[in-house]
Amino acid sequence: MPALHTSDPHTEQHTERRRRWMGVLAKAAPDEVAAAWQRLAPKPAYELLRRPETGLVMVRGRTGGDGAPFNLGEMTVTRCSVRLEGGAVGHAWVAGRRADHAERAAVLDALMQDPARHAAVAPEIDRLEAAMATRRDRAAREAAATRVDFFTMVRGED
Amino acid sequence: MDGLLPGFPEPVLDSQRVFRAVLDAMSRPGSLVELPLHVTAPAPLEAATAAVLLALADYETPVWLDGAAGNDRVRQHLRFHCGCPIVPDAGAADFAVVAEPAVMPPLSAFKAGGDEYPDRSATLVVQVPTLTKGERWTLSGPGIRDRATLSPGGLPEGFRGWLAENRAAFPRGVDVILTCGWLLAALPRTTRLEG
Repeated sequence: MPALHTSDPHTEQHTERRRRWMGVLAKAAPDEVAAAWQRLAPKPAYELLRRPETGLVMVRGRTGGDGAPFNLGEMTVTRCSVRLEGGAVGHAWVAGRRADHAERAAVLDALMQDPARHAAVAPEIDRLEAAMATRRDRAAREAAATRVDFFTMVRGED
Repeated sequence: MDGLLPGFPEPVLDSQRVFRAVLDAMSRPGSLVELPLHVTAPAPLEAATAAVLLALADYETPVWLDGAAGNDRVRQHLRFHCGCPIVPDAGAADFAVVAEPAVMPPLSAFKAGGDEYPDRSATLVVQVPTLTKGERWTLSGPGIRDRATLSPGGLPEGFRGWLAENRAAFPRGVDVILTCGWLLAALPRTTRLEG
């Protein structure tokens, strides 16, 4: 397994890993992020570069997955940027209008980039991801339980 | 991204306060207006220069930075907080930032607007070393009862002449905001220099 962090923040690998944890933080339930924040010790000192602010972003899709782009619709997001005492900058754009969610996600993003704190925070990201997978799985099973298979009888018309 | 500095502590209210300060300065040319808030500015910008940009610049206003102001920290700061395009061509900018006035280009290098749309002109934010200890200017024009005085320092030799040319081209022309520390004063295109 490759090291979870590199000293050079501009490698493609680093970008991919950061994309993953930022995605997890963005889509996690606000209460789960709050719980992860509660378990965090010691809490880092930070200042707000950009206070949490809520707005709309246009979500775009592609027809058939790779065809012409179209606007799927707008969704509500809250963004926030923080800087830790050590200088690491964290950003977050999270789904919904919870300011505390965005702020905590931004601090967690900054901590994940800090080689000294990364190992302590990474399990929380895994936990959030697992919780999300569980939720999705349960929703899929609940939907599957009510599935109806339609079929058409062959009409004897000959 | 490590060098980022915070923007306004209260983005909405502070933008309004700075806008009001600029409006006061523009409507009483030559008067010194002190900014009613604290911001941290990326060097070499001073607080008033940075605050004016945070309040006025956005994604629709191309900003030009002079050689001294055009460092990476300033660019990053403006891109992050204002989202404004930073242009290399002085004639394309809606806002121009001059941190080293002694070597600044003439006012005619900036967008002066057209006779039909004189509002499509540039606003210059010129950071000077002093607003009170330089050469004493006497001003007159709209917004000034009788005479006003201003004593900016650090401006190039030809600056007075540029202001006169700028005044002569009315309604076209650029507007100038002079900043120093927490203070700002304005020289809109309507202001005349006496003597």
